[in-house]
Parts: sequence; structure tokens; C-alpha cells
Amino acid sequence: MNGTRTELERERDAGQAAEAILVRRAQAGDAAAFGELVSIYMQRCYYAALGMVGSPQDAEDLSQEAFVRAFKARGRLDPERPFYPWLYQILRRLCYNFTRDTSSRRRKLERAGGWLVAEARVRASVDDPERVRATEEFRGRLESAIGELPLAQREVFVLKEFEGLKYREIAELLDVPMGTVMSRLYAARQRLAVRLEGLE
Amino acid sequence: MNDDRGRIGRNEELLMRAFDDELEPDERFEFERLLSDNPELRGEWERLSKLQEVTANMRLRNAPEEMWAGYWNSVYSRFERGMAWILVSIGAIVVGSWGAWHFVQDLMADADLPTFVKWSILAVLVGLVMLLVSVLRHRIFVSQSDPYKEIER
Repeated sequence: MNGTRTELERERDAGQAAEAILVRRAQAGDAAAFGELVSIYMQRCYYAALGMVGSPQDAEDLSQEAFVRAFKARGRLDPERPFYPWLYQILRRLCYNFTRDTSSRRRKLERAGGWLVAEARVRASVDDPERVRATEEFRGRLESAIGELPLAQREVFVLKEFEGLKYREIAELLDVPMGTVMSRLYAARQRLAVRLEGLE
Repeated sequence: MNDDRGRIGRNEELLMRAFDDELEPDERFEFERLLSDNPELRGEWERLSKLQEVTANMRLRNAPEEMWAGYWNSVYSRFERGMAWILVSIGAIVVGSWGAWHFVQDLMADADLPTFVKWSILAVLVGLVMLLVSVLRHRIFVSQSDPYKEIER
């Protein structure tokens, strides 16, 4: 057990050291090094944005903008600290501003939808089209219910349910106490349970 | 019982930890005892379990593979375009100011133009500059009042 943990820690430290080198190179003006950081984190950044804004087009746009701002602000990066939490704060600010903006919120509602998929969809479609329809309807209701959560609750819910992060990791990412993470998650689940009551 | 910014009660905290498999061994015993003694908590556990059955079957939709192939190029193009706009804006402001200054000098020196026309043109120019400054000041004010602007590590 201890050996395994040590191995994991060693791997994590090696990853952190490699990342620090990339950050230093990016700070020295090496765009290709920053490109490598983009390649490492682009998917995570995109899916985090997708969870917050609920629209694939906007998620792509906002996640790319987050990298652009990170590149411009790379001089403020501390190479000894992990890159992603810093990037996430930039992304988060962009997503919060985006959803706060009235016109973009309207656009988001028009374009949102289809950002969740049911894992059992393919299997179910073979034998039972009626079940597929019901699953799709349920997915739509869930998407809509998640979309109506306050953004702070929705953010925590998505990080927990779809990214599978631990409370501690979410708290570090959002820079809030673990109690706040649990409180937001609890509130989000309560709201969703109420919204989905009566559905099979 | 529940504050979005603060803490939740002990029962709810144990409920959340149990749900997400983050209970410590001693907490597990405490939670199991609570669950058997507290019908309200048990009802809530069952209600949230149904929700979890649903969310466990859902995941975020995958982005198309071609998006990742061109992702870094898009980021870099955005950065380049941003820099280009900054250079164009600075150049346009400097050249425009220089041109406006000479235009005003020539305007005032033109003996053929009636005085009221000179002052009217000047008023239009000053008004445009004031509008520009007002818009810029508003934008700067908005960015300063952004609660997340100080976010950095």
C-alpha cells in the first residue's frame, strides 16, 4: 500500500517537474512549450467549460480564450505550482462572466442541450426504441435541471459527478473550504432530486 | 441546515461523504447507526440514491476528434489576432491624434472659413474624443469592478 502510494507520488512529482520545465520555457517566450501545456490540458479545460456553460460551441470558445489569457499572463505563473488550478481560475472567471451576460445567457439557452449523453444509449437502441426515447427524454430533463442550478452549485456538481474529483481536489481547484464544496453539492443534489421526482 | 457558502449539518455531511465514498472508517460506523435510527435521513438517502442512479449513467458528450487536432492552432491564432488588434489600435490612435492636431491647426489658420463653421467642426471633434474617452473609462471601470480580476496564484 505504502509502496504503491510512493510510486504514485513519484509519478506525480515527475509530472510536476516536467510541467515546471514547460512553464519556464513558455515564460522565456517558447510558444511551442506553451502548446504542449495546451495539449495536456485542452480536454480537461474544454469539459470543465462544457459543464459550466452547457454548450459545446461556447465551451470550445471559452476554453481557448482561457489559454490565450494564460499565455498573455504567463509571466505571473509560478513554475513550482501546478498549472491547471491557475488555468481553471481564468476559465472560471470567463464562464461566470459569460453566463452573467444577458445576451450570451439567452444564446446559451438557445444553443444548450445535447452536452450530456446516456452511456447505455447504444445498447438500448438495439432492442428497444421506446427505451431510447425515454432515456433521451430523461437526459433532456436532467440537462435542463442542471442548467437551472445556480452556477456555483452547478460547477461543484459537474466537477464531482462528471469529472469524478474528490472533495479535497474540488476545494483546491475552487479555493474554497471543503465544507463549502459539500454544502454546494448537497444543495445541488436536493434541487435536482426535487426536479426529477416522479420520473422513471 | 444548509448554507450554500458555509457548512452543512453533521448528518448531511455524513450523507454526502457516504454518497461519494469519502467516509472515514469511524464515520462509516456513525453513519450506519444514524441511518438505522433516523427515518428522515434514510428517506433522503433513498431519494438521493435514485438521483445518483441517473447521473451515474450520464457523461459529458465527447467533442469531435478533429477539434483537438486544430485546438492549439486556434489558440495561437487568437493570440496573434489579439496582438494584431492591439498594435492596430495603438497605431491608429497615434496617427489619428497627429492627423487631428494638424487638421485643427489648418482649420484655425484657414481665413476663408467662417468662424462659426470652424468652432462647429471643433465641437464635433471634441465631442467624438469625449465619447471615446467615456467608452474607454467605462470599460476600464467594469474590468476594475470584476470580482475575479485579482485571481492569480
